[in-house]
Amino acid sequence: PLAFFVHDAEIVASLEKTLAGQTVETEKVLDIIYQPQAVFRVRAVTRCTSSLEGHTEAVISVAFSPTGKYLASGSGDTTVRFWDLSTETPQFTAKGHRHWVLSIAWSPDGKKLASGCKNSQIFLWDPATGNQIGRVLTGHSKWITCLCWEPLHINPECRYLASASKDGSIRIWDTLMGRCDKILTSHTQSVTCVKWGGDGLLYSSSQDRTIKVWRSQDGVLCRTLQGHAHWVNTMALSTDYVLRTGAFEPAEATINPQDVSGSLAELKDKAQQRYDQVRGQEPERLVSGSDDFTLFLWRPAEDKKPLERMTGHQALINQVLFSPDTRIIASASFDKSIKLWDGRTGKYLTSLRGHVSAVYQIAWSADSHLLVSGSSDSTLKVWDAKMKKLAIDLPGHADEVYATDWSPDGQRVASGGKDKCLRM
Amino acid sequence: GKWEVPVPKVHAQGETEVLKVIRTGKRKKKAWKRMVTKVCFVGDGFTRKPPKYERFIRPMGLRFKKAHVTHPELKATFCLPILGVKKNPSSPLYTTLGVITKGTVIEVNVSELGLVTQGGKVIWGKYAQVTNNPENDGCINAVLLV
Repeated sequence: PLAFFVHDAEIVASLEKTLAGQTVETEKVLDIIYQPQAVFRVRAVTRCTSSLEGHTEAVISVAFSPTGKYLASGSGDTTVRFWDLSTETPQFTAKGHRHWVLSIAWSPDGKKLASGCKNSQIFLWDPATGNQIGRVLTGHSKWITCLCWEPLHINPECRYLASASKDGSIRIWDTLMGRCDKILTSHTQSVTCVKWGGDGLLYSSSQDRTIKVWRSQDGVLCRTLQGHAHWVNTMALSTDYVLRTGAFEPAEATINPQDVSGSLAELKDKAQQRYDQVRGQEPERLVSGSDDFTLFLWRPAEDKKPLERMTGHQALINQVLFSPDTRIIASASFDKSIKLWDGRTGKYLTSLRGHVSAVYQIAWSADSHLLVSGSSDSTLKVWDAKMKKLAIDLPGHADEVYATDWSPDGQRVASGGKDKCLRM
Repeated sequence: GKWEVPVPKVHAQGETEVLKVIRTGKRKKKAWKRMVTKVCFVGDGFTRKPPKYERFIRPMGLRFKKAHVTHPELKATFCLPILGVKKNPSSPLYTTLGVITKGTVIEVNVSELGLVTQGGKVIWGKYAQVTNNPENDGCINAVLLV
């Protein structure tokens, strides 16, 4: 399926009607641009199928595995819980952390889950048994803010993990040997987010208002991107979704999610193909959101000057996400709105208003048509990104919703928050 | 209503503290000139009045152009050029003269910080309040009013 555009306006009804609103010279050649849409269509989630209790403190992070087979949640009660998706009941409780679990990250092959806690420790868990893999990774002096695995198409064994911490350093861990491989220090304040790009570059954003670009091969600092006026809270790469799902293709999803099968070489090829397709000819784009109410769009591999500064929000920006087809950027902010921007140029598209309080986290569906957002007003809302309107309202949580995630096969949305229960 | 500032109450400076009497004339009897003893800011295009007629003398050694401004949330300090003196709490006369003492609200050039409005326009001036006694320290320390 394709979508056609004339001068940036989509042709919905007929070419005549779209041209009627524009002034076009009859002697000039008209360019009609086509954009391929996703082959599959994800249906909007409409109801809450279950409310999973189990955590004894607020749920801070929720993540589906890359194939959508497992669901893990990290909470303030120092445990990471795995949930069985076919019966929607608790499966394993992973105990081991001694303080709040602040961030979790699935390896791109779905076989390992890394979780970081406030005591600056990182644990690795096996989702099939709920047991810890290997040793505890210690080394940071302050708490872990973000974790990111190496992409599948660079290393199909999923061996290296990058962790960002409040002490201003980024450590690259070798999970097979259980030790720290490299330490990247340059930031003067807490590192808020770290992302492992698909081109051999590592991006880190910090409270010292800079974003630093490192070479992941040897840990050398390549560039410092300056421009923000306050803490840089969050970052997103245009190839984020494809790096997260690795060799799993959402179009081939089945009702019962399966693990991706195949030898390491096959997985690596498949992941590389998917990555090349999404990335196209241009280098990766990076969008960063900050406390100064603006977002910057960068091309970090080429330039240290931003492509575009996106203004318009009236409060700090909590999360930015590229849509899986990299066309749209969505930014969730504490000013109760979500703004959509064009993914290539950074131009403002529209504002999605409806929440009555700060929007904490957002998640895209795999076909880039729908967006779900969780907010501190205890509701989730599903928005239609093409119609740019609210599709469905999902009330039900008793207190603020801290984390939201849409499974890559499009079947479920999981959300967790202050009321200690997970809803699906 | 009232605006909240980091330094709400300041000890009022009397005239004898801020202005020093300068005696002039052949017999040093005339006492109508005053010299400012505190740090002050004069604008870019400042030119002295003819010396015979100037009533207030602002010595060049006490004129400052830059202030060390701290951002309260970022906890980072920048050396920013001063654009003007907005209000001196002791007296409106000091405001017009440009005298900077503790508690004075000054306007500083913040284009170095990179702030923008929602419409995309660059913010280049913000208010800051002075937190030290500049005549004792030799520098102006201020806190940005966000």
